[in-house]
Amino acid sequence: MPLHAFVPGRANLRFWLPGVMAVAAVPVVVRSEYVLHVAVAAGIYVILASSLNVTNGYAGLFSFGHAAFYGIGAYTAAILATRLDWPFALTVPGAGVVAAAVGAGLAVPTLRLSGIFLALVTIGFQEIAYLVTLNWIGLTRGPMGIPAVPPPSLLGVEIAGNTGQYYLVLGFDLLTLFVIARIVTSRVGRAFVAIREDEMAAEACAIPTFRVKVLAFVIATFFAGLAGALYAHHARFVSADSFQLDETFVILTMLIVGGMGSLLGPVLGAVLLVVLPEASRFLAEYRGVAYGVVLIAVILLRPEGIAGAPGIIQPLGARIPAEEPAADQAMP
Amino acid sequence: MSLLEIRGVNVRFGGVTALGGVSFDVEEGEIVGLIGPNGAGKTTLFNCLSGFQPVDAGRMALAGIELTHLRPHEIAALGIARTFQTSRVFRRMTVLEHVLVGRHRHQRAGFWAAVARPGWVAREEAESLARARDLLGLFEDRLLPRMSDVADSLSYANRRRLEIARALAGEPRLLLLDEPTAGMNPHESAAMARLIRNIRERGITILLIEHDMKVVMSASDRIVVLDHGETIADGPPESIRGSEAVVEAYMGRRRANA
Repeated sequence: MPLHAFVPGRANLRFWLPGVMAVAAVPVVVRSEYVLHVAVAAGIYVILASSLNVTNGYAGLFSFGHAAFYGIGAYTAAILATRLDWPFALTVPGAGVVAAAVGAGLAVPTLRLSGIFLALVTIGFQEIAYLVTLNWIGLTRGPMGIPAVPPPSLLGVEIAGNTGQYYLVLGFDLLTLFVIARIVTSRVGRAFVAIREDEMAAEACAIPTFRVKVLAFVIATFFAGLAGALYAHHARFVSADSFQLDETFVILTMLIVGGMGSLLGPVLGAVLLVVLPEASRFLAEYRGVAYGVVLIAVILLRPEGIAGAPGIIQPLGARIPAEEPAADQAMP
Repeated sequence: MSLLEIRGVNVRFGGVTALGGVSFDVEEGEIVGLIGPNGAGKTTLFNCLSGFQPVDAGRMALAGIELTHLRPHEIAALGIARTFQTSRVFRRMTVLEHVLVGRHRHQRAGFWAAVARPGWVAREEAESLARARDLLGLFEDRLLPRMSDVADSLSYANRRRLEIARALAGEPRLLLLDEPTAGMNPHESAAMARLIRNIRERGITILLIEHDMKVVMSASDRIVVLDHGETIADGPPESIRGSEAVVEAYMGRRRANA
């Protein structure tokens, strides 16, 4: 089965279950705190790249402001936890909701315009978010950042160690991928791809294109905010510098290297581009060169991304109904 | 009441009058051919009917429901489907996915239902897949065997068929076909004329823009002729064939003593 058509479901349990089990076994095999810390970072980027895929990959909306929503989520969680003493179980959804609300506020006036405007507005928004964070000292403590964010805790149990946080982030990865997989293989996901392919034809198929585009943007920014909250509780410190335009391009690169518009692509891209710079530390100052060589190699050899199909963006997981069209798509 | 009522529709592009008060009706179950020389305003009228082109004056109604100020997706949801003159398929979607997109208005699953997948969503999807299979069968062996191919890999004629399949998937009350046989050979065109007849048998009313006179004369019950944005003739194919006004529109005026 081609990677791009891969939608985890009961039917292909034997393909994806061993993968999930292998990933879950990492802390059992690896005892290094450093490796686990890298793995947690990779897990957070899996959420970021996968959520950016909803807009940029499936719906064809060019957003260049993902790191800003990531930052909004991180700051929301940090502020709620340090000032209002909200528990982790509430800061995470809270961060997602705030990021999504800001995302909707940005999308509603912008998405009425044609594609390029969204790109420009999101880049501009990225800079505005940075400046606001830096200067609204009363809320964000400006350049000092917010220290002493409590570690995650569930049901009163603090999850301070990297092993616990690894499983926590893995759980959120699976949740994110589950939601995105179900969305893109549904009527809603077909509407996303239809809009990406031809907005006028999509509208003629009774798809309210404006509303659907706003929905794609809200889903993407919600999960970016959620990733931000995980970051804030993991790093225990947030500062505006972590969420600038270069961070957006890191996420975008993961998506492009992995394969836009495929479910597995951003997962592979995020893991590769987090692990690669760490794994090539022995190269010392040549590390950047190695990173660049890998990027160029992927772009040259597989311009559609590692998990992509030929063509710039491939169709969503094609479902071929057998004579009984009730083929199960559910992810357990 | 007619299924489609068009009354005094006016569209101007700057100083050019694209449609200057077009009025005609389409009855339920009819196949109406819309012909006229290039630039007569046929496609502009389709764009008005499907909501992509705002009208400057006049009104349009489907079964008594005013269409004039509705957005294209609202008009499509009422049951007017269309194809485009230049093919507008979703290039990186499969044939089957096109048909499922076409069924958008008959499905309900939104964000929460797509995530939670209650039983009715599975039933809705299964029904759409069953209907998709049935619908693709209308096109003989052109589309059904290519169900999981992306539109990009289809021949030009098959892309045109696919657009019709996508429009039909919405089970519209009125289907607007904009030059369905463009780029087809005579054999394929004749098959298209038969297909159009078959579509009507499914209870769908058709308004057809067509340059191939053989197709339009054989498929239509009635023909409306547009010229310079005005209706110059309206009647059964035989009467149009002999109409002086129509010949004039296409060929120019006869010399007085010719």
